[in-house]
Amino acid sequence: MNKKLANWGNYPVIEGDEETFVFADQLDRLIEKEQPYIARGNGRCYGDASLAERTISTLKFDKILSFNIADGVFECQSGITLDQILAVIVPEGWFLPVTPGTKFITIGGALGSDVHGKNHHVDGSISNHVIEFDLVLESGEMILCSADNYPDLFEATLGGMGLTGVISRVKFRLKKIETSYIKQKQVKAKNLQELITLFDTYKDYTYSVAWIDCLKKGDGFGRSILLLGEHATINDLDEGKKADPLKMPGNKQITFPINMPWWVLNKLTVKAFNFLYYGKNFKKEINNVVSYEPFFYPLDKILHWNRLYGKKGFVQYQFVLPLDAKDGLIEIMHRISDEGLGSFLAVLKVFGKQESMISFPKEGYTLALDFPVRNGLLEFLDELDKIVLKYNGRLYMSKDARMKPETLQSGYPELDRFKSIIKKYNPQGKIRSAQSDRLLLTGTK
Amino acid sequence: METVLILGATSDIGIATAKKFASSGYNIQLAARKPAELDAVKSDIEIRYKVDCTIHAFDALQFHSHAAFFERLNPKPDITISIFGTMYEEDDAFNEWDLTQMMIDVNYTGVVSILNIAAKYYTERKTGSIIGISSVAGDRGRASKLIYGSSKAALTAYLAGLRNKCFKDNVHVMTVKPGFVYTRMTEHLPLPKALTSTPNEVASLVYDAYVKRKNTIYVKWFWRYIMLIIKNIPEFQFKKMKL
Repeated sequence: MNKKLANWGNYPVIEGDEETFVFADQLDRLIEKEQPYIARGNGRCYGDASLAERTISTLKFDKILSFNIADGVFECQSGITLDQILAVIVPEGWFLPVTPGTKFITIGGALGSDVHGKNHHVDGSISNHVIEFDLVLESGEMILCSADNYPDLFEATLGGMGLTGVISRVKFRLKKIETSYIKQKQVKAKNLQELITLFDTYKDYTYSVAWIDCLKKGDGFGRSILLLGEHATINDLDEGKKADPLKMPGNKQITFPINMPWWVLNKLTVKAFNFLYYGKNFKKEINNVVSYEPFFYPLDKILHWNRLYGKKGFVQYQFVLPLDAKDGLIEIMHRISDEGLGSFLAVLKVFGKQESMISFPKEGYTLALDFPVRNGLLEFLDELDKIVLKYNGRLYMSKDARMKPETLQSGYPELDRFKSIIKKYNPQGKIRSAQSDRLLLTGTK
Repeated sequence: METVLILGATSDIGIATAKKFASSGYNIQLAARKPAELDAVKSDIEIRYKVDCTIHAFDALQFHSHAAFFERLNPKPDITISIFGTMYEEDDAFNEWDLTQMMIDVNYTGVVSILNIAAKYYTERKTGSIIGISSVAGDRGRASKLIYGSSKAALTAYLAGLRNKCFKDNVHVMTVKPGFVYTRMTEHLPLPKALTSTPNEVASLVYDAYVKRKNTIYVKWFWRYIMLIIKNIPEFQFKKMKL
């Protein structure tokens, strides 16, 4: 049955089918059908990556297959979401090796986007921790992929936006923890220059990310809060917490009830939001121990927070620039500030080194911003793209809903190799998404 | 620790119900026609909920195998939940006897066959619970659910009779009547969102009702009133309607 499909940004919205499977042979039958398809997880990428007229939802293929509590190896079907994995592993003293800012993504989607987290500079992206996975090609053939077995498919699938096949099973390594708490440090930076220095000062911290008020001009341009964290050890906990060091956080959630009209998000509300966030941290530095939940997933508490951006939806813009391109970072932030198109979630992070075929992360600064969809936005983002490319940067496909094929091509030097691997393993071109069609990744229909 | 037998464990509601009871500490016995498919469900339940979970081959249509099937279960389940069922296009079934018979045999004869055996065991033991998944479609015969509805009507009557028969022996029999449910069986249908439940909702409501020892529940509750209205339409009127 056709229904309206959209990802987290609610832009674009398309009419499409969402077919499910619980058992492997049901997946085979879905793949045998003639119509093109793309695998779809929990729809938490932002743009059009997992959208198509026909999508194959992995959400019911969500079983845990094995969990070795001694060595922290976890094996599951691809449709399980990270929150379900956390519920099982945290009480046993393990944590996700890498997690993005939401726990409501599937592990299959995590591999397809090769997600990164606040620890990228230390632990790399999720692909660094994957032992092997099964991939079902358009022919129905299932291939076990690892660094040694079909290494080209292995590499092209990690960050490959589902275009190599349907990931059906994943085996990966977890991270050992003593407690479910995070020793957190929040440091105030009065401008961008200070923030960049602070990133360097604290580069040994496992987790780091900064929230920037990107509308502030003048001396305070780039004022921000740097958020740092380490997994707390038993000794970091107070007596109360020590009694149950691996306690799971409660799951009280608030649902954002309605789509806001677009004008609510004008300049003023953005400024107010930034002021509140900034004003909360009245001291230069705050140190405390918090549960992993507010540290990693502050927005997961508010279900459907994307409704804040109204019916027209929003676009998230995330790019990475090399470390020597600080000027580019400043230029882009100035452009955003001048334009005043509003973005109250500006997140800056320093990536460590990463060599990969199609994954987004590479060494440098990555900035992510939200823009509510309105007239003139797409033209404005095209201008930003030019600056990103001028400084040898690139954009994150999982956030993308609008970039041009040339922008992708310029940002990803190995793109042609990626395309040729897609073609080699899926010669009929049945696996395709709205995004892959837009970005000319999967040939003509 | 008590054990629950799930008959029809590969269905969406079967898996959801198994997980719900497992999350409340019950050991689980999964029974289905294609048991090989259940390996992943078993590992999932054992790892998530730290209970025992076993897999058993069960074919609803092999009536004469049912006694041996139940005999082999060790331990015997404290609760037997019958979830299996099948639905074909009514027009196809009307034109093809094999499909009609299949629906009757799976949805009614097969359930009666296995639940007779479970009921006999429970009445002798003077304790136990039987839960049968019927359907609101069994509340009144209508054209669009001709065979499916009548097979579920028979099942509803059987479960009511069984409840009556087993009551004196302290055996609890519960009838569950779901309305629309989002499952693989209904994926291609445009279901009204407000009236449709998810398999997880069905499982939760079944569990809560079991704990309260309910007789008959509708999932969700308002279906009781929808069906009350439908049941009360006079037949001379009803027969002219397209339902």
